[in-house]
Amino acid sequence: MKREEVFERLNEIFRSNFDDEGITLTDRTSSEDIEDWDSLEQVNLVVAIQGAFHVKFNIDEVNAMGNVGEMVDAILQKAGAKDE
Amino acid sequence: MKELEYPFDAQYLLTHRRQIRKALKAQGTAFVDKRVAILGGSTTAAIGWMMELFLLNQGIRPEFYESGYNRYYEEGAFPNAGLEEFRPDIIYIHTTNRNISRYPQINDSPEAVDRMLSEEFGKLEKVWGNLKDTYRCPVIQNNFELPFYRLLGNKDASDIHGAVNFLTRLNLKLYGYAQAHEGFYICDLNYISADYGLKEWSDPFYWYMYKYAVNVDAVPFLASNVSNIIKSVFGKNKKGFVVDLDNTLWGGVVGDDGVENIKIGSEEAGGQAYLEFQGYLKAHKQLGAVLNVASKNDRGNALAGLVHPDSRLHPDDFVEIKANWEPKDRNFEEIARSLNVLPDSLVFVDDNPAERHIIEGRQWGVSAPDIGEPHHFIQNIDRNGYFEVTTVSSEDQNRNEMYKKDAERRKHQSGFADYGEYLKSLGMEAAIGPFEPVYMARIAQLTNKTNQFNLTTKRHTQAEIEAIAGDPSFITLCGRLKDRFGDNGVVSVIIGRVTGTECHIDLWLMSCRVLKRDMECAMMDELVRRCRERGLQKIYGYYLPTGKNGMVREFYKQQGFKMEAVGQEGSIWSYGLAEPWETKNKYIKVEEA
Repeated sequence: MKREEVFERLNEIFRSNFDDEGITLTDRTSSEDIEDWDSLEQVNLVVAIQGAFHVKFNIDEVNAMGNVGEMVDAILQKAGAKDE
Repeated sequence: MKELEYPFDAQYLLTHRRQIRKALKAQGTAFVDKRVAILGGSTTAAIGWMMELFLLNQGIRPEFYESGYNRYYEEGAFPNAGLEEFRPDIIYIHTTNRNISRYPQINDSPEAVDRMLSEEFGKLEKVWGNLKDTYRCPVIQNNFELPFYRLLGNKDASDIHGAVNFLTRLNLKLYGYAQAHEGFYICDLNYISADYGLKEWSDPFYWYMYKYAVNVDAVPFLASNVSNIIKSVFGKNKKGFVVDLDNTLWGGVVGDDGVENIKIGSEEAGGQAYLEFQGYLKAHKQLGAVLNVASKNDRGNALAGLVHPDSRLHPDDFVEIKANWEPKDRNFEEIARSLNVLPDSLVFVDDNPAERHIIEGRQWGVSAPDIGEPHHFIQNIDRNGYFEVTTVSSEDQNRNEMYKKDAERRKHQSGFADYGEYLKSLGMEAAIGPFEPVYMARIAQLTNKTNQFNLTTKRHTQAEIEAIAGDPSFITLCGRLKDRFGDNGVVSVIIGRVTGTECHIDLWLMSCRVLKRDMECAMMDELVRRCRERGLQKIYGYYLPTGKNGMVREFYKQQGFKMEAVGQEGSIWSYGLAEPWETKNKYIKVEEA
């Protein structure tokens, strides 16, 4: 899976989760940039990502997701490992 | 809404909750507002989010109070200004086995284990006692799910030192409490976690990361389960089924295949699935669910199928059997009309997606679940909790019979030229009197589910009804009606609030089952009599319009009241008790209860 694809799907997940079509993610987007993105929403996002990409993260991996770029990297690493 | 009907896509609900909530609120439902408190022993945010969706879908608009994280004990067992101000209509205690403070150790004596059990139970009992005394509202308590590991292996179940054994015994104590206390309901976490798969349900990832004691993916299942209890408590259960016949109650098409060739019975696999499903539907009669048929068939063929020697359901199990070639939605509508219920109180069961689509397309709010393959019919219907049992009144158990009696009355009626003659021939007798303890559950149920003949649509819990019954500043009346065909049970309720020399009718409702039988007149006569007895001078009646109670807009006018004010919010009517009152009931013999 290409980085752009992951990015695009992640953007959809964010838009539906926050019901905000105006969200455009960049690598540096973090909870600082989206008002409703708090720790409770973070759980929802992780659950949504795990479902959409058919991956499961461990505790360290989730803790390392400081911003969207790091989320994409984590997804690519997991999903990529599965593809091989 | 289809998305919230089992089998639902849990992940979709979690990730689209804001859009779904918006859509539910825009549907134009006449919601009842309820304040729901969640006291949690772990994170509860997603549980509240999902409960909101399920409750909105059931016609309840919730406002939530959530306790601080793991503060269920402190906030529940002791004075709590925040919760008192919130005035909950219902309280849900979301505890799990993560909240057990101590498990037995392998060398503990049986007495020590018993003590531990009492301590865990006592802690919860203290919470329930305080909640009941302070808030006087229904309480829902999770039982305990099984632990996600077993130190003693299989012996964990049978040995008093095993966590499985300990939690099982604790659950039994919870059930004992539930059996002894009204308004206390168990949310069967133990069942739904098993149903979901305990290993996934208890995935500790969510506990370590976010202090969720439940896998977040599983939360919609929990929320749906709790919401079913809540809607049942507030009278939003369904009232019955409308079922198809061919490929729903039996395999094959009776008209084409012949009755000897339909699949039903224990001889082969396919027939067994239909047989068990028939048994499942039939068992619902005990819960007060009314069974009806809507089938595209010649009537003769339909009945032939139902008298098949292996059929568990027989023609007399059904109140209405519509077997003809009319569109299903028309038959459905006629069944609802003849039962005097709103279409959304009936569940449509049909294997054919096109027929379900037609019913859904009418936007009556009817549940027409995707029942799947015959061997999954039961689970797909059951998980929706349409008939969730919270209280069972004797009326419930006899409802099928009552509706059948209604049908007999209608037939009987057609033999009379004059409606008055017909009413006379019914030999009606009513008992009308103040609320009595045996009727409290039924009265609360009526306030919550009567929508049409209901002047103010005020909903009450049983605790509130009991409080009103015990308060001398209220005049309460409940009326029970019998006739030659049988006992209709309690069918009408009035609550009058007395201030000074005035009586204000806060609540006036009647079951539509006894419409046009003069019962409303008998009730009014009795209210007037009692007001006079107390020396009151004026009665005020209020009509508050909803989407469903248009039939009583002119009720007070018909009863001879004078209009005092009218506006968008409704109308106010009055009757001066100095004026002579002409007894309005002519056909019912009234005995004072």
